[in-house]
Amino acid sequence: MYNKGYIITGLVIFVLFVTFPVWFNGLDAGPLPKPELPPGGEKECVAPAAEMRDIHMQLLNEWRDDVLRDSDRVAVTVDGKEYRKGLQIACMQCHSNKEKFCDTCHDYAAVSPTCWDCHIAPAELAKKEAQ
Amino acid sequence: MDTKRRKFLKMAGATVLAGISAPAVIRLSTQDAVASGGGEAAPAAGHGHDSHGEAPSGVRLGMVVDTRKFIEDQALLDTTIDACNKAHNIPQIPGRKSEIKWLWKAGFGNVFPEHSQKHRSKAVKESDFLVLCNHCDNPSCVKACPTKATFVVEKNGIVAMDYHRCIGCRFCMAACPYGARSFNWQDPRPFIEEYKPEFPTRMRGVVEKCNFCGERLALGQEPACVEACNKAGAQGAMVFGDLNDPDSEIRKVLDEEFTIQRKPSAGTRPSVFYIV
Repeated sequence: MYNKGYIITGLVIFVLFVTFPVWFNGLDAGPLPKPELPPGGEKECVAPAAEMRDIHMQLLNEWRDDVLRDSDRVAVTVDGKEYRKGLQIACMQCHSNKEKFCDTCHDYAAVSPTCWDCHIAPAELAKKEAQ
Repeated sequence: MDTKRRKFLKMAGATVLAGISAPAVIRLSTQDAVASGGGEAAPAAGHGHDSHGEAPSGVRLGMVVDTRKFIEDQALLDTTIDACNKAHNIPQIPGRKSEIKWLWKAGFGNVFPEHSQKHRSKAVKESDFLVLCNHCDNPSCVKACPTKATFVVEKNGIVAMDYHRCIGCRFCMAACPYGARSFNWQDPRPFIEEYKPEFPTRMRGVVEKCNFCGERLALGQEPACVEACNKAGAQGAMVFGDLNDPDSEIRKVLDEEFTIQRKPSAGTRPSVFYIV
């Protein structure tokens, strides 16, 4: 191999540069987010917590399609409790603090879902009422 | 050499003739085949469809607006419009370009431009009429939408919007003959006086319109405008129901009264009827 010295040094520098965010933080991903449990003390959701953690986005999409496209607004009943399909009318009824629940993980994972462009967060509601 | 050229020209001529006449021969022979089969040709699709053409089956929600009651009491218009605005977080944006309207009022000439304008009665001339999305059986907005963000709900005939899919191209606004659609040129939230907590707002860059209160119907309630009329003591000023159910209240009203639709010549077959 010609120019072995240059190539290998170059590669090492490149790899170090690309992995900068990983080693600079000491191989630590930072403190894990701790989303706040519902202030009202509700323990049950429409699905077990682990499942909700994984698939809440798919579930919300399914609900959206049911409600808007198929006009299927039949409430979901889990353990005798009825949940109307909807972010504002189901999820936020218990998880009433978007900043301490939704945002904690979304910020950590650097995702910015567009839900709140239209759907009204409880804090937003309170702000309007205070005006 | 000469004979060869002569032969070539003959062959070429025959080929050209055959080529030209072949389609005609084929057409004639196939028509013969159809005729000898005794089959009667079906009328071409789309024939005989006028603005009152065949209605789709199943539940078709519609509305009758008794304009006589609104002429009597013009304040009722605002009561009704207000109820709609409150129920759907509709912003009050000043200016004709930016205004958002689901249910609004306009003069006779704007609402029924195809009807006689001359020598109208004084009451009609001086009154406003209630207008909203017509939830057409043959909606031109749905055909124009490139993302299927607006579509006909098969179950009940409502022309619905899925704001999640709207890309804000405004083709539907150009296609709608009734001006029933509004575009959000800006964030509507600062212009909403009071939030209805159960209903979302819209965002900048989407088109919106009346949804026939799909969310209220699911709870067994009447549309907000109809409820507002009834609460204000103007029973029957707005009647809502299934146009395909011969026993429904709306059909009884339609059977008894003479009603008109907006711009029937547009061929959209509106589901909103007016008693004038």
